[in-house]
Amino acid sequence: MRRREFLAGAACAFALPRAALAQQDLVPLAAKVAEGATLRKGKVKVELPQLADNGNSVPIRITVESPMTAADHVKSIHLYSERNPVANMANFYLGPRAGKAEINSRVRLAGSQRVTAVAKLSDGSFWYDTASIVVTLSACLDES
Amino acid sequence: MSRAGALVAAVLVSCAALAQERAIPLDQLKSGSAFLGADLLSLQKDEFANPGLLWVERGEKLWSEPAGKKNLSCASCHEDAKSSMRGVAARYPRIDAESGKLASLEGRINLCRGRRMGAEPLRYESEDLLAITAYVARWSRGVPIAASIAGPARVHFDAGEAAYRLRRGQMNLSCAHCHDANWGKRLLSETISQGQPNAYPAYRLEWQTLGSLERRLRACLSGIRAEMLPYGSPEYLDLELYLAWRAQGLPIETPGVRR
Amino acid sequence: MAARIQVPAKAKRGEIVEIRVLIQHPMETGYRHDDVGHLIKRNVINVLSCRYNGVEVFRADLSSGIAANPYIQFYTVAEASGELEFTWIDDEGQQGSERQSIQVSG
Repeated sequence: MRRREFLAGAACAFALPRAALAQQDLVPLAAKVAEGATLRKGKVKVELPQLADNGNSVPIRITVESPMTAADHVKSIHLYSERNPVANMANFYLGPRAGKAEINSRVRLAGSQRVTAVAKLSDGSFWYDTASIVVTLSACLDES
Repeated sequence: MSRAGALVAAVLVSCAALAQERAIPLDQLKSGSAFLGADLLSLQKDEFANPGLLWVERGEKLWSEPAGKKNLSCASCHEDAKSSMRGVAARYPRIDAESGKLASLEGRINLCRGRRMGAEPLRYESEDLLAITAYVARWSRGVPIAASIAGPARVHFDAGEAAYRLRRGQMNLSCAHCHDANWGKRLLSETISQGQPNAYPAYRLEWQTLGSLERRLRACLSGIRAEMLPYGSPEYLDLELYLAWRAQGLPIETPGVRR
Repeated sequence: MAARIQVPAKAKRGEIVEIRVLIQHPMETGYRHDDVGHLIKRNVINVLSCRYNGVEVFRADLSSGIAANPYIQFYTVAEASGELEFTWIDDEGQQGSERQSIQVSG
């Protein structure tokens, strides 16, 4: 490849805006649970602070709009990190006895990234939401 | 100048002279929690989810467990910690009357174990010592720090102040450089605190566990690329006394939650 | 394994109650090194389960992505008086469990 073409190509790659987490990014992560079904954005809400105090423990809340009845409920919620060494952070199994599809926890995040929650509903549909967070390193090295 | 004016001027001058001894005046003291974000502040205040409470609970169990040759527990002498330990942590470090030596709360717990219970001292930073220290200090929550620097403590206070002002490490910084001269300013994405000791032992997210004040001092030394002194070094004790004097009046918050 | 569990002591039948769990566990990621450079083996609580009068009403698969001293908060419907039993197990096979009673009226 000639140098000019290479540089032009590289410049284009950097110029592209960072798109919202597209289907093709999410599918490999959630493939095991989604089993080829379409992942739809909506119903799920992932809440993370904009800036983490410390990546070792970040509060997260995941809520899914659902009446949580026997006929219509959330079966499970699957949490994915795009940057952690282990992409599938946790899976939560609910059901109509939950009453409310809401989970609060504290997660570890290896750097600034997007966290995605995929909910599997009782009707076999899959819904997701993504939240972004900036995680900085601690100001001082601590080897205590 | 009139006599009243001269008197007022003399009082103002002497007040100013006293104020100069303290880099941060008493009315400007801020706990580390004043530099926390909303999440960590609410986590510290959460009576269920504050992770430090896991150690406080363990301390509560250990309080009533007999240990050592005399088969006594802390409770055997001190009974209900909620009342007997109230205000105790706020007075430490202090001189142990029997040995004449300066002792931190951790050191005092080990002295008691040895003398009264015939029990082995607990290792620094061990789960058990952290638990009992956190449990004892928890009953001083809200009590203003009031450590004495009078009498035999004075020599330790002076050594502690010297240690606080000593430049160390590859970065050639003293505690005063960050915590007296630059508190409130940013260091990368963090705001420098005043370096107050009132929430220790504290659950530090960086450690992912509860840790003592001594560990926090070691962490600072590590941060300025200075050699970390071994646990139990007299220099830490002297520094802890200086820090307690410097924090006079700040209420204890143990177990604190910090970054 | 030390743990703190918060379940309301009393509830009305059909009420959605909040349950909070805090377990003392390092959730060792397996990516850290000790001070002589050896890799510290991974050990996390990998499953947490809540049974309400014997029926599982909540389960969580956890990984190293959950913070140390894991905190989980979830909800369940107060159906009947009885017991909530919480069990968990880590990669080394260490098990933990706690029970809390709930009194449901109406």
